[in-house]
Amino acid sequence: MIRGRAWTFGNNVDTDQIIPAKYAIYSLDEKKLGEHAMEGVPGNEDGWSKKISAGDILVAGSNFGCGSSREIAPVAIRGAGVSVVVADSFARIFFRNSINLGFPILQSPQAAEAIKEGDELEIDLDEGVIRNFTQGDEYRCDAFPPFMNELIKMGGLVPWVRERLKERAQASA
Amino acid sequence: MGMTMSEKILARAAGRDSVRPGDLLLAKIDFAMGHDLTIPPAGKIMREQMGAQKVWDVDRVAVVQDHFQPAKDIASAGLGRMTREFAREMGIKWYFEVGQGGICHTVLPERGLVLPGELVVGADSHSCTYGALNNFATGIGSTDLACVMALGELWFRVPESLRFVYHHKLPQWVEAKDLILHVIGTIGVDGARSKAMEHTGDAIAHIDMEGRLTMTNMAIEAGAKNGIIGFDEVTREFLEGRAQRAYTPVDSDPDAEYEKTFEFDAEAIPITLARPMSPDHTAPIDEVAGTRLDQVFIGSCTNSKIGDLRRAAAVLKGRHIAPHVRLIVTPSSAQVAREAEREGLIGIFMDAGAGWTVATCGACLGGHMGVVGAGEVCLSTSNRNFPGRMGDPTAQVYLSNPVVAAASAVAGEIVHPKEVVGRELVYA
Ligand code: SF4
Repeated sequence: MIRGRAWTFGNNVDTDQIIPAKYAIYSLDEKKLGEHAMEGVPGNEDGWSKKISAGDILVAGSNFGCGSSREIAPVAIRGAGVSVVVADSFARIFFRNSINLGFPILQSPQAAEAIKEGDELEIDLDEGVIRNFTQGDEYRCDAFPPFMNELIKMGGLVPWVRERLKERAQASA
Repeated sequence: MGMTMSEKILARAAGRDSVRPGDLLLAKIDFAMGHDLTIPPAGKIMREQMGAQKVWDVDRVAVVQDHFQPAKDIASAGLGRMTREFAREMGIKWYFEVGQGGICHTVLPERGLVLPGELVVGADSHSCTYGALNNFATGIGSTDLACVMALGELWFRVPESLRFVYHHKLPQWVEAKDLILHVIGTIGVDGARSKAMEHTGDAIAHIDMEGRLTMTNMAIEAGAKNGIIGFDEVTREFLEGRAQRAYTPVDSDPDAEYEKTFEFDAEAIPITLARPMSPDHTAPIDEVAGTRLDQVFIGSCTNSKIGDLRRAAAVLKGRHIAPHVRLIVTPSSAQVAREAEREGLIGIFMDAGAGWTVATCGACLGGHMGVVGAGEVCLSTSNRNFPGRMGDPTAQVYLSNPVVAAASAVAGEIVHPKEVVGRELVYA
């Protein structure tokens, strides 16, 4: 169960806004990336991550994470302390990258529309339900196919590949 | 039920007779690419976290130094070094050092490394470029690339296909770039989100491989998973003497299913630009003519191949750029630069007052060699103009084809090329 406050963003927030390209040189430093997360969104030039508390929830409109293939986009958001991203829809590479990292993302047009900045939310990842305590409302999320759920549960693509490498080693032994 | 070419490629790579949109597959990869921003994390994830000690097939991976190379600062020198060391330690066959390769999406097609019928992935969003060569090519993240390098396989969701049919022929001055900008302006930056964009119709037969690569390059600007074009005489000729492996072209079945078909009359497409600050914020040239410019950038994997430079040089020959403008010309590969030198194009650019650079991504992603400052107005031949993409978030970036870019550099403002060169383009 995840609890946190909502931070809302609009449609088509692209990866350059999530983490401006100039910080790509810190691609191996999640904390440093986190410090600059969402800094490219107009109005956040002086930083966004210092405003939020660990566990807070990012809520966005449609096509969140469009633009480059930068995996540092979900990494920066996670590095800033965000526990989960809820959006009307996700751009595909951002979607892939998040699943591969085992970073929870939820697609719910209903939630994206209704949630206001500052709302207190509780999210049940297993059930795919978002509860909004501030508004006294509840939203359903689109279910992931089983394979993706398995990846998220395992902690992402890394443990999955480790398993397969093990299987291959055993098969050739 | 028939299949689209995208579906056929995924089915073959997953060892299945058929697939449908929405299916999740584990598929074998034919070729993979990473560059100086994505190889360092991918290499680290592959070796340290996944525990793989070698790449699944050293003949099927390309590593390209292009984004922040030649190193623009100490941090990027570190990334360049990690990329170089990884390629050496893994014994990667297709490693492209600064000065010898160029931008990944120009280098791979020109070296015949990405071929019809193949499943290609690249840790860069514009990897969809390769689909002009009749393959399924898509951009992936660094963890994806680590998985591919370790196993030679990756998971995919089979995309729905959208069909774009272009009738007739593009008119004078109107290029593949204008066509794809027009399409993106019509369907929006998420108009093809996670879907396959298949381009077909009479107009395509008249567009050369460079123009086709420009079109598939920008599939991601409509949110697409891949862009793809059928195999024809143009493809065959381009690959002759170039293809590094035998290949099998694919075609869509007549009864393949498309989520939607869009039809365009190519003859009616105007010269089209994207206005700040989104590639779907398009306008015909008449509506943006007269916009005063500070910088013009002719470069990027979208529009800086030899044909692009030839046309830009035809505009600039014997002319000089406006005094308040700076023009930066960045060839997209070492081979393009070599050819430009052989044909005397570099001299034409320099006589016109342009700055000629080494082949790299450079200003395209606001990396180096042409970053734009606060409030500046730039016209770029690249693919993307989201806020902050080329530098300061308050800079205003327009996108166009290279002939419009060159003519506008001369005029000092966005201009129809015929205002500068007269009735038609005359080559040197
Ligand atoms: S030229 Fe621009 S779009 Fe192309 S690969 Fe480089 S940064 Fe990306």
